[in-house]
Amino acid sequence: MLSRVADSIYWTSRYIERAENVARFLDVNLLLMLESSSLGLHDQWEPIVAATGDIKIFKERYGKATQQSVIRFLATDVENPNSILSCVRSARENARTIREVISSEMWERINGMYHLVGAATGGAGGVLESPHDFFTAVKLASHLFEGVTDSTMSHNEAWHFAKAGRLLERADKTSRIVDVKYFMLLPKADDVGTPLDTLQWQALLRSASALEMYRKKFQRITPARVAQFLILDHQFPRAIHYCLLVAEDCLHIISGSPQDTFSNRAEQRLGKLRADFSYTSIDEIVGFGLHEYLDQFQNRLNGVGQAISETFFGISAES
Amino acid sequence: MDFRTYQTEGFHDELFNPDNRPRTAASLLVQRIESLPTGDLVRRKKAAEAALMSMGVTFNVYGADGGTERIFPFDIVPRIIDGSDWAPIERGLVQRTQALNLFLQDIYDGQKIIADGVIPRQVIESGTAFRPQCKGLKPPKGIWCHINGADLVRDGKGVFHVLEDNLRCPSGVSYVLENRQVLKRTFPVVFEESHVRAVDDYPNRLFDALMHLTPETIATPTAVVLTPGIYNSAYFEHSFLAQQMGVELVEGRDLVVQDGYVCMKTTKGLQRVDVIYRRIDDDFIDPQTFRKDSMIGIPGLMDVYRAGRVALANAPGTGIADDKVVYAYVPKMIEYYLKQEPIIPNVPTYLCWEEKDRKYVLENLDKLVVKSANEAGGYGMLVGPHATQAERQEFAGRIAATPRNYIAQPTLALSRAPVMVEDHFEGRHVDLRPYIIYGESIYVIPGGLTRVALRKGSLVVNSSQGGGSKDTWVVDVSGSAGKGDSRDGVSTGQSQGQGQGGVSC
Repeated sequence: MLSRVADSIYWTSRYIERAENVARFLDVNLLLMLESSSLGLHDQWEPIVAATGDIKIFKERYGKATQQSVIRFLATDVENPNSILSCVRSARENARTIREVISSEMWERINGMYHLVGAATGGAGGVLESPHDFFTAVKLASHLFEGVTDSTMSHNEAWHFAKAGRLLERADKTSRIVDVKYFMLLPKADDVGTPLDTLQWQALLRSASALEMYRKKFQRITPARVAQFLILDHQFPRAIHYCLLVAEDCLHIISGSPQDTFSNRAEQRLGKLRADFSYTSIDEIVGFGLHEYLDQFQNRLNGVGQAISETFFGISAES
Repeated sequence: MDFRTYQTEGFHDELFNPDNRPRTAASLLVQRIESLPTGDLVRRKKAAEAALMSMGVTFNVYGADGGTERIFPFDIVPRIIDGSDWAPIERGLVQRTQALNLFLQDIYDGQKIIADGVIPRQVIESGTAFRPQCKGLKPPKGIWCHINGADLVRDGKGVFHVLEDNLRCPSGVSYVLENRQVLKRTFPVVFEESHVRAVDDYPNRLFDALMHLTPETIATPTAVVLTPGIYNSAYFEHSFLAQQMGVELVEGRDLVVQDGYVCMKTTKGLQRVDVIYRRIDDDFIDPQTFRKDSMIGIPGLMDVYRAGRVALANAPGTGIADDKVVYAYVPKMIEYYLKQEPIIPNVPTYLCWEEKDRKYVLENLDKLVVKSANEAGGYGMLVGPHATQAERQEFAGRIAATPRNYIAQPTLALSRAPVMVEDHFEGRHVDLRPYIIYGESIYVIPGGLTRVALRKGSLVVNSSQGGGSKDTWVVDVSGSAGKGDSRDGVSTGQSQGQGQGGVSC
């Protein structure tokens, strides 16, 4: 398939997934604030901006982090390239150039999502009025797009690029959702392990739609178990390890090279990274430092993204 | 809604006789529309528009910021052509296409038509679409104009004329195909009973015509559609045709010339391309041969073409054949190359570069339509009777300055067809653009795109100038055309429900 087309479909699905995850971020914080207020803790909105990695742009544009400014920045700010609105817009621009490759249902879903988000930027009925409903609608729209992609598009090379893009994006965002807890302050150091701490970890699970699946596996909520589930589980579809396994499969189907071998840099980098997740225990991660581990992971994942771009999208005549 | 108040007002009407009774081919449709309950037609219209919207049948408007998508306005009452009226049109278009192709072959080779005094040399060589770079080219199978879109109009007596030829990158066929999909759902019963000739195989025919250009030594040749990109006004169509044919839609930056072949950049490296349906004008297709500043072309493409290692449809240089001055000579070409009488006449045309004609044009600007020789889309045009004195004066100046650039034609009383205007019907002027594919044989799409001037009294049908479209039905009144086979028998296997999968007892 054309490199340009592969590039566009990969990014279409990455951007949709990103929009969904930003909605999850904001939603988890709303939940956390609700839980915390009952325990006498005031609002903390800066941590989630910190977790997205865009804190610098935010400070320049808004200064203080309040519920309103953070939601505006992450949901509807066109100047923020990673806001929900910007992501959906970018997804649509990419999809527009590959209309002949995707199914018409996929295009209609993206269009629908675009109108949904566009309508929320206004004052009345906008995102600030009922944020939770809006975030739910964004998540659903993304799921709808994913479902329609699965069931109306041939599972061909283009589809595998879409899937790889979606899962790599999800892996990155799940790592950032876990990281929110790192930035979230507890009133006192010895609040670790208190009901408040547990509530926060629980909210985290909920934002990754992981609470029920987690309960089936571990029942009791402890920080290490939650981190283990969201990072190392190989069956839960939003866990980082799972995402890496599936994305790796996609690259192998695209290239045709057997599992546990590589025929290009993208496969090599992703294979190494995935192997680390397959053979690392949560104790090792905690020993290394959870935040440090996630930070390093995000950088290595960016390296994978770069290798994909160079391997598949950047063909020049001489190569 | 009914046609009781509908008036043909002395124009030739596509659906009604001068006595306001429906024409034979249209009577079924008229009956049906009149029998619908109040408000039903409006509902069907809304449903049709919603369908076009969700299918994304749009065009881009130049100038609007970043290219804005708009729905092509669409009227749900189809234009109906009797099959017996269609037969001579079809023959006439085949004839015309043959002659134009022979002309192109000749004009870029021996130029016998000039030597024999049929067309003056200066007409050709002063044409802005004449490409000296194309002299001596040998397009595969001797075909130059693979896709031709002829604009036809009907005068006050109902006689069809060719208004212009479009041999560069004629667009609009995607609307024909999509309009048809919508109309089948809007009037399913009448559609079936009317025996409307199918247009849906156009993409297959186009694909076959492209494959016809590839050497037989290649087992599975690769065809692509080349587009200028998403901001082009016809991008929807480029994308649509690529999708319908199942080939890649490429931009110039996706293609590269490597080791004497045209290749596309894929995720698995470079892949050879054998035939390009190009929707980019000659000027921009190869900066090494044509315009140096083109950013959307493929450097070196023409060298590969000359070497016979890639086919282009249409061939470069075809634009000279639809130059509006050259147009005036097409009837003579038909006589010269085919030794036949033209089946479809031209509209009488005054050539401003000839002194006698120019004098007449300048004295009669208020009666004539003046057109620039090389512009399309309704730009660079003066409709004399509807223009202001100042506009006419401005055109007089332009004609005097560059007479070669202008032609003039009498203002025709274009035929009309009823369109829905809120809660009733009014007559609006229409033209017709059938599409002709020159492959192993010459195919004419039955009907084509009917364009409507939606503004009351307007004669300009172009989408950029407030025009819309209608579906066009060529119907066989005798009803001799066979119905599609209906399926006998029923399916026996039922869907399995929960709990039904076990061993039956």
